[in-house]
Amino acid sequence: MERTFIVKNPSVLWFLLGLSVFTIVVTISSESAGSSVISTSLLKTLGKTLCLCLVAIAMDVVWGYCGILSLGHFAFFGIGGYAIGMWLMYDRTKDIIVGSLDNNILPPTPDEVTTAIGTQIFGVVGSSEFPLIWAFSHSLTLQLLAVVLVPGLMALVFGWLAFRSRVTGVYLSILTQAMTLALSLYLFQNDTGLRGNNGLSGLQNIPGLDAVSQATLSLWFFWASAVALGAGYVFFAWMLAGKFGSVIRAIRDDETRVRFLGYHVETYKLFIFTTTAMIASIAGALYYPQAGIINPAEIAPIASIYLAVWVAIGGRGRLYGAVIGAVLVSLTSSWFTGGNAPDINLSIYIVKWTDWWLVLLGLTFVGVTLFFPKGVGGLFDLASSRRKKQQ
Amino acid sequence: MNTLLEVSGISVSFDGFKAINNLSIQIGEAEMRAIIGPNGAGKTTFMDIVTGKTKPQEGYVIWGEKSVSLLDMNESQIAQAGIGRKFQKPTVFEEQTVRENITMALKNPRSPLDLLFNRAAKDTEDRVRAISDDIGLTDALGQLSGALSHGQKQWLEIGMLLAQDPRLLLVDEPAAGMSAAEREQTTDILVRAAKTRAVVVVEHDMEFVRRLKCKVTVLHQGSVLAEGSLDHVTKNQDVIDVYLGR
Repeated sequence: MERTFIVKNPSVLWFLLGLSVFTIVVTISSESAGSSVISTSLLKTLGKTLCLCLVAIAMDVVWGYCGILSLGHFAFFGIGGYAIGMWLMYDRTKDIIVGSLDNNILPPTPDEVTTAIGTQIFGVVGSSEFPLIWAFSHSLTLQLLAVVLVPGLMALVFGWLAFRSRVTGVYLSILTQAMTLALSLYLFQNDTGLRGNNGLSGLQNIPGLDAVSQATLSLWFFWASAVALGAGYVFFAWMLAGKFGSVIRAIRDDETRVRFLGYHVETYKLFIFTTTAMIASIAGALYYPQAGIINPAEIAPIASIYLAVWVAIGGRGRLYGAVIGAVLVSLTSSWFTGGNAPDINLSIYIVKWTDWWLVLLGLTFVGVTLFFPKGVGGLFDLASSRRKKQQ
Repeated sequence: MNTLLEVSGISVSFDGFKAINNLSIQIGEAEMRAIIGPNGAGKTTFMDIVTGKTKPQEGYVIWGEKSVSLLDMNESQIAQAGIGRKFQKPTVFEEQTVRENITMALKNPRSPLDLLFNRAAKDTEDRVRAISDDIGLTDALGQLSGALSHGQKQWLEIGMLLAQDPRLLLVDEPAAGMSAAEREQTTDILVRAAKTRAVVVVEHDMEFVRRLKCKVTVLHQGSVLAEGSLDHVTKNQDVIDVYLGR
């Protein structure tokens, strides 16, 4: 069975091959391997890009394959970041506090330690109490579980309510936008317990690994991101191969007809919505330790729209399309907004790319939608059909 | 003959317009039945009610020997209970192959987990072939169904219905837009199907209905106007007035 899966999905093999080669090349050229080709900050960018690819393929599955244009999947990505961030922040602050209190003559009571940690973390929002939401932050295992379970549960409840009432199309998109906006506004508040607009910071420092340099840590996270992307790709490709994938694509094309075939469409949509939310969250949990900081602005509605733009530009309904889109757009975006792109002097007006990049992206999106509905990935179809003709 | 489907006294109105008015129809097991009537007679609404798409304001729809009410079930449950429906416009999944279309329709467990983890049913290919032989599309199994001709799409859809192995087939205008030769083959497929299950055909075309050689129910303004053999109903004065006379 394994063999037929690979034979039927040659793109999986090519993708894994490409990803492995890329990982090896990056590893050899990284600082911890003694090279100076790829700086640690570039290495972090590459690692983060792999995480964005993972959330992009999740978006492709929910939108490109199942036809649910969710404009809220970046919220799940953010929740993953918060969930892992809470443990990172708590545990590292505890290490520092315990270390500094060790010099006292009297050993500190557990209460004193807790209060000191609380003051350290929540001082910025004028509090020292641990909110209920931090109840499990001392345990890596529980927070890792939260990375999967919290978005899973949220998606399950949200999806159940929406799909059961047969909310589809643009109405569903608006609902999901409202969901991510509400979550972001909620997190902006200081009394939510997640440090308001300060967000969680210092996430690049991993507790207990102070001796390890950032160059090495970044490489580890890069590897973890590559493994997660590879595993996610194989998982989705496996899921979508065969009859299950057939039904999912059929729901995208005509869900009423699928109902009359005897399939309970809502269950399938819920399954896809929830699974992709969990994968998006895992991607976020790997992304934010590399970014170092997460705040509510990360999950603003625009972030989820970007996600849809990546998938549309890369090519909907094919997993590698989502990867192409995420890499292409997020890397060019950071090039343009990073001030590297040369300004264009029109003598009466100077086009600064930091301001005009969004306009360019918007035009590209409109252009792709109008003229290349299959996106960049559609070029592979052209190439393969040409090859067939020549044979 | 045992009654398979009993529709009694149903009424539906849309914004005051009575699409179905106190309609009662009984379909027996392994029966072929044609339903005819002018536009707006309620033929499609009748199918919508039986398949769960529309809920009537009054009346009962009773199914099978256990006499369960279909009104309490949703579309997918009704489909799983054994009622298959073919729409007027051929609706096959055009971006998927004929084989994928038929495989999806095959009578098998239909939950997501069943589909993910019980993939390699050995008899699937044989069952798909049996269906495709019946509808004459075996050579096209690997083709995208979007590339089929109009008539072939209609057959594929009938094939998908047969693959569901329903006890009752509701077929809406199967011969619309078909050539004479295609009509003949469609008649054959339906007559073969009616040997083992009930088939209800909604049709405009009298010639096509004549070839089915079955009992005919004439609908008018949402209720039954006449019932019997085609020759019998065409001699009925009411039928001539409202339908054939025009």
